[in-house]
This record gives sequence, structure tokens and C-alpha cells, in this order.
Amino acid sequence: MVANLLIYGLVNSVVLMLTALGFSLTFGLSGVANFAHGGLYLLAGFLAWIFINSFGLPAALGMILAVIVVGILGALIYRFILMPVRGIVLSEVISTFAVGVAILEFFRWKGFVTYDFSLPVLVQGSVKISGVSIDYQRLLIIAIGLALALLLWFFTHHTRIGLALRGMSQDEYTALSVGIESDWAGMLSLALGAGLAGVAAVVILPLGIISINMGYDVLLIALAVTVLGGLESTTGLVVGSFFVGYAMVITSTYLGPQWGEVVYLGAIVLVLAVKPSGLFGKSKELEERV
Amino acid sequence: MNNKTILQLVDLSKSFGAVKAVNGVSFELKRGEALGVIGPNGSGKSTLINLITGFVRPTSGKVIFKGRDITGIPPHKAVNLGIARSFQLARPFYNIPVYKNVVIPVYSPRARKHLGAKYGDRDEVAIHLLEDVGFERDSQVPYKNAGELPHGYLKRLELARCLALDPDLIILDELFSGMSMSEIASILPLLERIREEGKTLIMVEHRLSELFRVVDKTVVLNFGKKIAEGTPRQVMAVEEVTSAYLGSEVISNA
Amino acid sequence: MNPGYRKERIDRGIKVRSDDVFVLASMRDLLYVVLPRALVIILLLIFPAFQDILGSYWQNVMLSTMVIALLALSWDLLAGIGLVSLGQSLFFGMGGYLAGYLSFTFGWGPLYTLPVATVGGALLSTLTLYPILRLRGIYFGMITFAVPLLLSRVIEVTKILGGTEGMSSLPSFPNTGFELYLVMAVLFVTVYAYRMLVGTDYGLVFNAIRDNDRAVVAAGYDIQWYKAQGVFIAALPACFAGAFMTHHFQFVGMPAFALDYSILPLTSVVIGGVGTFFGAVLGSFVLVPLSELLREFGSLRVVVYSLMLLVFTIGLPEGIFRFVLRKYHQFERLVPMEEASNE
Repeated sequence: MVANLLIYGLVNSVVLMLTALGFSLTFGLSGVANFAHGGLYLLAGFLAWIFINSFGLPAALGMILAVIVVGILGALIYRFILMPVRGIVLSEVISTFAVGVAILEFFRWKGFVTYDFSLPVLVQGSVKISGVSIDYQRLLIIAIGLALALLLWFFTHHTRIGLALRGMSQDEYTALSVGIESDWAGMLSLALGAGLAGVAAVVILPLGIISINMGYDVLLIALAVTVLGGLESTTGLVVGSFFVGYAMVITSTYLGPQWGEVVYLGAIVLVLAVKPSGLFGKSKELEERV
Repeated sequence: MNNKTILQLVDLSKSFGAVKAVNGVSFELKRGEALGVIGPNGSGKSTLINLITGFVRPTSGKVIFKGRDITGIPPHKAVNLGIARSFQLARPFYNIPVYKNVVIPVYSPRARKHLGAKYGDRDEVAIHLLEDVGFERDSQVPYKNAGELPHGYLKRLELARCLALDPDLIILDELFSGMSMSEIASILPLLERIREEGKTLIMVEHRLSELFRVVDKTVVLNFGKKIAEGTPRQVMAVEEVTSAYLGSEVISNA
Repeated sequence: MNPGYRKERIDRGIKVRSDDVFVLASMRDLLYVVLPRALVIILLLIFPAFQDILGSYWQNVMLSTMVIALLALSWDLLAGIGLVSLGQSLFFGMGGYLAGYLSFTFGWGPLYTLPVATVGGALLSTLTLYPILRLRGIYFGMITFAVPLLLSRVIEVTKILGGTEGMSSLPSFPNTGFELYLVMAVLFVTVYAYRMLVGTDYGLVFNAIRDNDRAVVAAGYDIQWYKAQGVFIAALPACFAGAFMTHHFQFVGMPAFALDYSILPLTSVVIGGVGTFFGAVLGSFVLVPLSELLREFGSLRVVVYSLMLLVFTIGLPEGIFRFVLRKYHQFERLVPMEEASNE
């Protein structure tokens, strides 16, 4: 039982982290809260499905293609939707939210609501770890999730460009003086964020069927773990995911699976009410009592 | 502490993470005095103001105002006790006419208590205050949206908003920055008058020569620590002060 | 356009004015000012009389239009304080469930539940949001987005307040005509009260908080307290809308927290124009009937209004209302460049 909890808690936590990674990266690099995150996530899932089932592409190729397309779409969203309203938080949130809803409801209208929609797993089979059976796809998710988190942490903390981008979200003038153009950086941050949403989708969705409402859940999960960890902190994202991940698995086991959603929604509300800068956020702005 | 002391800082500190923005600063200020706070960029001047006015809660130390411990009280309460401040970045209420910008403080709890402005009079009181800081009543300027004001006027507007609160202590964060020599020259008599009314003044400045014409006492900060205190002439004689400023253009202007 | 000409905008004579005080010189001027307002009010007032022609379907559309308008007004007031709500269904559901609970448990009729649920729901909503009112930026949006979903999940899993079944067979109103006039009256009162409010110095403080909250604090206001008052005032019409719909449907359930009640008001205000209140109402009168016309296309209508939201946010941020207002007060003509330079 305990081993079960531990292992599935780990899987669930990494799933959450992977789900939120793109949202967190975009916010950290450009300060845009991309409310289209859930829409982009599902778009990648459905695109991969279309590439594989309608065009007959090999599974891996279809998935990579879907990720690339969604990444490009992210850049386009910045260029054509966010750029005109950049700096007006209200409009940024509303317009990305609108994009997300439009994508999701478009697929609902097109009839992508039956049980036929699922992605193939990349690696078949399973293995037993201390008595708990776990399939290779879940192990793959853990590997990809941890690798991406490490890579991102390295990118934002130890590469010149990553540091500059991160600095830009705090102080645009400084970044300009280092020779980075903010529009280019914004496009990059949206593209990377959207691409990561795509990666998360194509490795996580094979675990079950694809449903539209998942898109809304994905956005909420992203909000929950990033808020819990502190919006701009990579460490916070990891810890936030594990916090929510294990809490979900524990409540699901003891109270019933329908409690899972209550946990992450409750986490958003609770954290914002009690410690809005999150567990690891040290935002000077939030410390000011205004 | 004698009863003429209005403000006293005791070993005030604030850290943001590992950075000690303000590190054990203490000084006293008597009623009616004008104090200049100077120091290189990032020496903790703005944080010090935020600590006194309650915008940031100190990590340790005390702020005593009019004999009362006000350490860590919410900023609006500090205002109601008589501390008014301006901001380094003068940001008005952009979408609101200039005189209505001043109505906000005129309508505030403290001003209503002190000035007793009745309903309907508030616009008049606000325009009066604007005249005091050099706006012309008959020009269109007070009725424009504040977003259209040129920079020099924004600083005056900040000042009017402070005065509307009838404060005992006024803290001005880089009032002179971005102002031309003539603009500063026109605002100096106003500061003189504020002092004559018996109000206490703290000015954080980079423009030393202009600052020294107003203040009679100076505190120098560097890396969050107080490195000197005294009359302008005294502090500029301290070697540590000149070396802290060394290479910066400010000293050459001063 | 002919390169020798330029467009010139001229204010109609009546716009000799300072702020909103018109100088009326003739009957024609009076009509110019009064007619647009009077027309709207008269059209609304006689609308229910056309029951036989329009049928009950369009009466219901009208009803939901006005309900969305109430939510939109509430949204607009919040935005005026700098609080961007992504979940108006929070207020709607609070009011709706409170009315439903009172009615279901104690058998109260709408006469009692409506006022109690309006005020009580607004109080509850304010208390719920109070802890996060000190935050800026997107936090308010995030929490208003999450709370309604959280509440409906909690109701689902704990099976309180009727769980997924909801509470049904609640008392209703005498007839549709009464319902229409009731909501219309509340709508008029809300628009009027909100317009009055933002004209006072008290309302000015709200707008100042939106523009620069620190400066308001520096003027000695407890802005968290002010924001709480603002949220309460904004929650009133929205909670009324929820309570009203509970009795209209004679049912309240989890759909009260549905995303529709969040997106429709938001889109309405963005279409009509933020900050005027008239815009919010106008927006709902464009959007809701339109979405009814699109009903047969299923969720495509949601796509349509998402896209409208997008187009208006980026393309016409001032909204339809200000746009129309400008066109009404000004006319444009082409003038030769020489003539223009001589002026």
C-alpha cells in the first residue's frame, strides 16, 4: 500500500509538473500568464491524433510534429494577439483565455468528444518495482519530466540567454541594454511554453482518453502548482507539483477519486489566501503591503 | 527622548532574502528639521522610506513617531498619524483630471478630519492646493487628464497630494530627479514655506547641491548602512562618503 | 482617399459643453440629447407587451440577456477598481444557491429570498474574496476562476445542497411579464446607481485604486477595506441575478457555477466597452441574442464569442458604446488640404 502510494504519487507529481512546466516557463520569462495553456495542451493531443490516424504518420513522428506546430502557434499568438496588448495585464489574460476557450470549444463542436480519441503509448510493457506494477509509459513520463525540469533550470539559471530573458521579465530596460529585443524574447517564451505544453500532452495523454474538459483542468493544474510553489520559481514548481501530486493521490486513495480536483482547486484558493507569494516566491512586490 | 523629537529610528534593518537592504540604521529628527538622505544607487534609501512609512515591514528595529512605536503599522495608518510621502516614480492617477487627483487625498480620512472640507468644497480645496504648488488656476492644466502632464508638473502634483494630507512629516523621494534647474529653482521657495509652517521634512536626493540648500542635516547611506550623519558640510568632509560616491557624476555636480 | 483631401472631425453644435453639462438652445437640441436615451427606455418598457408576436421564446432570451447584463455591470464595476474577474459565476452561484437553500429548506417565497440572497450572497462573496484583495494583477482573476469550480466540485463530492441533483420544485414568479419588469427595474436601478457612484468622490477612490494603488495608500486609505466595499457593491446585482434565475428555473444546481456565467458577462463588457456601464448593457444586448441565434451550432457559439472577445480586445478596445457615442456626437467630412491649413 505504502509502496503503491509512493510510486503513484511520484508519477502523479511528475505528470502535474510536466503539465505546468510550459505555463511556468512562459510566466517566468515574459511575465505573461498564458491562459491558453490548456487549449494548447489539448490542441497538441488532437493534432498528434490527426497526424497519426488521418495521415498515417508513425506515432513518434506525429507527436513531434504536433509539438512543433503548437510551438509555432505559441509564437504566432504572441506576435498577433499579445503584442498589440502587451503590458495591459487585463487584456493579456482575457485574450489568451479567449484563445484557449476557442480552441477547446472548436474541438468540442467538431465532435472530438467520444471515447475514440486516445494516443498510442510509445513503449509497451510494464515492470514491477517492489511489488507495484508500473508501465514503461509512466516511467518515460518520469524520465522526460525530470530531464526537462533540469534542462529548464539550467537554461534559466546558467545560460546567458536564459538569465537575460529572466531578467527581462523583471526589468525590461536592463534587458534591452544587454541587447535583447523584448518582442523576440516574448515570442520565444510563448513558443517554448506552448511547445512544452505539447510535449506534456503527447507523453501524458496516452495514459487515458482525450477529453475536452481536460483542457480546463490542465490550466487549473498549472495555476495550482505554480501558485503553490511561487509563480516565478523553478524550485517552487517542482515542490508545488510534489505537494499537490501526493496530496491528490492520498485523498483519492482514502476519500475517493472525485476528491482529486478538490485538492488542487483548494490549493489555489488556500495558497493565495494565506501566502500569495507561494512556498518559494520571494517577490519583493508581494512583500509590500499595498 | 526629548519631546521635540518627532521621528526616531532605532537599529532599523530589512533584508530581502540574503540582501540586507537596510542594515541597522538609527537617527533622530526634531520637529521642524529638514533631513537629507543621500547615498549611491542601491544603498537602501528607498527601502528606508518604505520602512518608515509602513510600506515594507522591517526585519528588526524600531520606528518611533511622535513618541509612539509605529514599527510595522500598515501604511495608511502611518498617513493618518501624519506621515505623508511622495514616490520616486511620480505616477499620477492617469485617467482622472489633475484636480481630481488631489481630491483623492483631500477626501481621505485624515484630511477630512484636519481640513474639514465639506462636500462640494473638495474640488475647490484641491484647486487651491494646486495653486499653492504652482499650477495656474485659470489655465486648462488642472482640468486635463493627469496622464497628459509633463514631468515637472507631475512632481508638483505629488507635492500637492502630500500637502493635502496636512502632514507633520513629509518624506519626498527624489523630488528633484528629472527636473530642470529652473524648475527646481521655482520649487525651492515652496519647500522653504513648508518648513516655515513647522513641518518636518525628509528628502531623499541625488542632486546634492540643490538638496543642501534645503536641508540642515544629512544622513549618508551605503550598502544599507549609515556611514555618516551631520550637516552637509560635515558629511562631505568624511572620507568614506566621498569614496562611496567616487566615480559617480553626482559628486562632480555637487 | 484623394491625397489632396483629409478627414476632418467636427463636433455637432450641441457639444458646446464642459464635462457633461449640455447647453440646450432649442427643441432640436433637447431631442438630440434626450432621444437616444428615451428610445432605449421606451423600447425596453413596451417590450413585454409584444408577448403575442414574439412568443415566450424571445421573452426568455430577453430575460437571460438582462441577467447577463446585470453580471456584466458587476464585472464593469470590479474592473473599475482594477479587479479583473474571470468568474462572475461565483457571485451568480452564491446568490442562486442561497436563494435556493432558503427556499428549499424554509419554504420561503421569492419576496423574501431575493433580498436576503442578494445581500447575503454579496456578503458571502466578499468574505470569500477578502483574503486575496491585497494582491494585484492576475491573482484576482485566478481566484475568481478557481473558486466557482472549486465550489461546484465540493458540492458534487460532499453531496451538500442537493449535490449533483441540485434543489428543485422551488416557488416561481406569477408570470413572465412580471419577471421581465422586475429584472428590468433592477437593471435600471443598477445602471443609474453605478453611474452615480462613479461620479462621487467615493467612487473616484475606486478608479484611483485601479490607476495607482500605492498612491491611494499613501493618501491614507485602507485600500483593502475599500476594495472589499467595492466587491460587495459589485456582487449585489450579480447575486440578485443568481437568486432570480433560481426562482425562474424553479431549480438551482451546479450549472449556477458554469463557465457561461463567467464568459458571457466578460465578453459583453469587452464588446460594449469597459468603464461606461452603458457599454456593459449594450454588449449583453448584442451578445446574448446572437448566441441564441447560434444555439443550433452547439459549442461553436462559444468559439464565436471567444473570437469576438479576442477581436474586440485587440481591435476595438474602446468598445461599441464609445464608438457609437463618438459617431453620434461628431460627423466627419473630407476637406481639401489647403482649406484645412487656412483654418
